[in-house]
Amino acid sequence: MRPVNDPILSVRDLEIAYRTGRKESVTAVSGVDLDLYQGQSLALVGESGCGKTTLGLGLLRLLPKLGRITSGTLLYRLKDGSHADLLGMGKEELRRFRWNQAAMVFQGAMNAFNPVARIFDHFADTLRDHADRKRWTKRAVERKAGELLETVRLDPDRVLPSYPHELSGGMKQRALIALAIALDPQVLVLDEPTTALDLLTQRQIVQQLHELRGKFGFTMVFITHDLGLAAELADRVATMYAGRIIETGSARDIFYSPKHPYTAGLINAVMPVHGDRPALESVPGYPPSLKAMPPGCAFHPRCALATEECKLAPVALDVLAERPEGMTHAAACLHHDRVGLDGGTGARLPSSTEGEATNA
Amino acid sequence: MPDPILQLSGLEQVFDTKKGKVPAVGGIDLDVEPGKVLCLVGESGCGKTTTARAAAGLTRPTAGRVAFRGKTVAQMDAAERFTYRRAVQYIHQDPYAALNPTRTVYSTLTAGLRRHRLVKSKGEARERAADILRLVDLTPPASYLDSYPHQLSGGQRQRVNIARSLAMNPELLICDESTSMLDVSIRVSLLNTLGRLRDELNVGFLFITHDLAVAKYFAWDGEIAVMYLGKVVEHGPTPQVIGDPQHPYTKALIGAVCEPDPDLARSNRAVSTLRSAEIPSLTDLPSGCTFHPRCPAFEGGLCDADAPPLQPVGGRRLACHVVARDHGRTDRGHGRPARRDGGGQVTTWSA
Ligand SMILES: Nc1ncnc2c1ncn2[C@@H]1O[C@H](COP(=O)(O)OP(=O)(O)OP(=O)(O)O)[C@@H](O)[C@H]1O
Ligand SMILES: Nc1ncnc2c1ncn2[C@@H]1O[C@H](COP(=O)(O)OP(=O)(O)O)[C@@H](O)[C@H]1O
Ligand code: SF4
Ligand code: SF4
Ligand SMILES: [Mg+2]
Ligand SMILES: [Mg+2]
Repeated sequence: MRPVNDPILSVRDLEIAYRTGRKESVTAVSGVDLDLYQGQSLALVGESGCGKTTLGLGLLRLLPKLGRITSGTLLYRLKDGSHADLLGMGKEELRRFRWNQAAMVFQGAMNAFNPVARIFDHFADTLRDHADRKRWTKRAVERKAGELLETVRLDPDRVLPSYPHELSGGMKQRALIALAIALDPQVLVLDEPTTALDLLTQRQIVQQLHELRGKFGFTMVFITHDLGLAAELADRVATMYAGRIIETGSARDIFYSPKHPYTAGLINAVMPVHGDRPALESVPGYPPSLKAMPPGCAFHPRCALATEECKLAPVALDVLAERPEGMTHAAACLHHDRVGLDGGTGARLPSSTEGEATNA
Repeated sequence: MPDPILQLSGLEQVFDTKKGKVPAVGGIDLDVEPGKVLCLVGESGCGKTTTARAAAGLTRPTAGRVAFRGKTVAQMDAAERFTYRRAVQYIHQDPYAALNPTRTVYSTLTAGLRRHRLVKSKGEARERAADILRLVDLTPPASYLDSYPHQLSGGQRQRVNIARSLAMNPELLICDESTSMLDVSIRVSLLNTLGRLRDELNVGFLFITHDLAVAKYFAWDGEIAVMYLGKVVEHGPTPQVIGDPQHPYTKALIGAVCEPDPDLARSNRAVSTLRSAEIPSLTDLPSGCTFHPRCPAFEGGLCDADAPPLQPVGGRRLACHVVARDHGRTDRGHGRPARRDGGGQVTTWSA
């Protein structure tokens, strides 16, 4: 078997930028280090615009035209045990890599299904594009797609001949997940897999992801701004803010003892359904614009714990508790010892400053 | 006893479509009182927006009535209708679609004021607009008044959208999924702002969301009505409905919520399973209780025979044969229970 300390994906110092003009670009993701181990499930959480999708797309080199990985390494351990840096791969290598080694379910993909192609055609295209073309005869596609759809409890006879608009949102999302695992990838990136679905459908998809992961043993990175979903599906959580990972740890570390004021603020802003009804406060202000990043810790204009020191130099992730297999708890905060979830420690931020720090 | 500002009685909305008649709302009785919140929750397509639009006078119901301060909207004269239009404000589901991109915040906020002649001069209009922006925490107002929507973030846009409604001195706000598109932190601050309007200005709310946590947070001192396929299936004070749900559908919804608590999530895997995930079509509704093809508590012969009436059970109104029977009720009396005492408090939900 694999040595314990051999990650399936090792990301170092990843930086991703978007071109915004002839000579202009913005850095959407920077300084990301990440080690993912087989069978783990990592949640990337953070507010809209913090770079979650950009990072997720970057992990597979699926960035849109104006996006570019400007530095870093993306080292994968492939199915045959060899290692490869994704950034060194040519076009043909990438085509064979994607869907076979790592696959993605895109944000809002439910609505991006080609409306004039039947579900069968979507399976046929994916299988033929990313694997041995000749192997995938009509019969073979039907058999494989049927098996996959059954694992997500869809009726192949009904679903395969259907056009996307003939299926409900939940059915489409399940079909997409089946499509993503068609070639048995080792890593699956899911971007907001349940957003825009009803509660009962969300729950069903969560349960199926648990089952699929148990059955196929893939490693999962899923992107969400729903912390409840992260608690439900993730072994590990990484919080992003303004393009950086600012805290990472096991789900229990992050949810029970967050050490970055932003993570604590996000958790404190979640409204519980069970139990009593606490008065909640929000993280004041808004995330910074990528074009005008505050110096030092980018969170300082919104942070109740900020001191002069925080504005001086970027703050790196500091290891708080060493744990095996990438579960180490680390936070990028100079005053992490003052952060907690209960009142009085400064994590519940005053809302009176709301709107003051908002010139984004 | 405060009279309701809004009353929906026997409200029905049937759409004529190519596929046949779509009964989007199938007979709803609900009231909203000043300074109180009534929250409508339910899955997509259950008729929340259709109900809200009828309540706001944007559509004419096919049966039943909408009354504002005791006066039936359909029978209002021009002057009464003008007042109703000002006093009842509908906040659109999508803040991106709701704001005119070519208008500044100032122009958006004051258009209604000018139309309703609520301001006399330009100076007064600007002052009024600034006051309203402060109310929704967009401060200092001067830095927002001359902005266009594309210069604002999603959360700021939604505040402008709400501010526009507030400019009209509304007595009732109808909010359709007003916080769904927002990040958690913005959502909390917006709900806190709306809560101040409710408590300080006595504004009543018909508040629509599919998010039970939001419903609980905002309507804690008010009521929740759970809708399924165009009908209310459970309605009562929020702490009762959320803390002790009785209808199998409400129970399923609450059981499906993921909380940000990994240990709870791991111990909670055995959620009650529905018999089917499919929501039936409105054009082909199941017989009897329309939830019966999915209901884990289904009893053949009982549930698929007659539609269960919405009746007082266990401190709320509930439409379920099985729960009503187990509460020892046999009479199938329709009609609404006495619900409030002189202080406007909900007291006598159970008969
Ligand atoms: N094609 C692009 N060109 C320029 N900037 C972009 C582009 N795509 C994204 N960005 C910017 O990069 C940042 C990160 O965007 P990204 O889509 O990764 O955010 P996200 O965390 O996934 O947000 P959401 O939760 O809203 O999906 C944002 O500031 C966004 O405006
Ligand atoms: N103008 C319309 N014509 C036909 N059907 C409609 C129309 N508006 C809504 N519906 C249908 O009525 C039902 C309820 O819709 P809606 O009130 O928007 O639900 P919700 O807001 O709870 O998601 C849905 O089945 C929807 O497709
Ligand atoms: S480093 Fe300073 S500004 Fe940044 S999160 Fe920590 S306390 Fe706040
Ligand atoms: S009436 Fe029967 S089918 Fe309907 S909710 Fe009650 S138990 Fe379920
Ligand atoms: Mg995204
Ligand atoms: Mg709606």
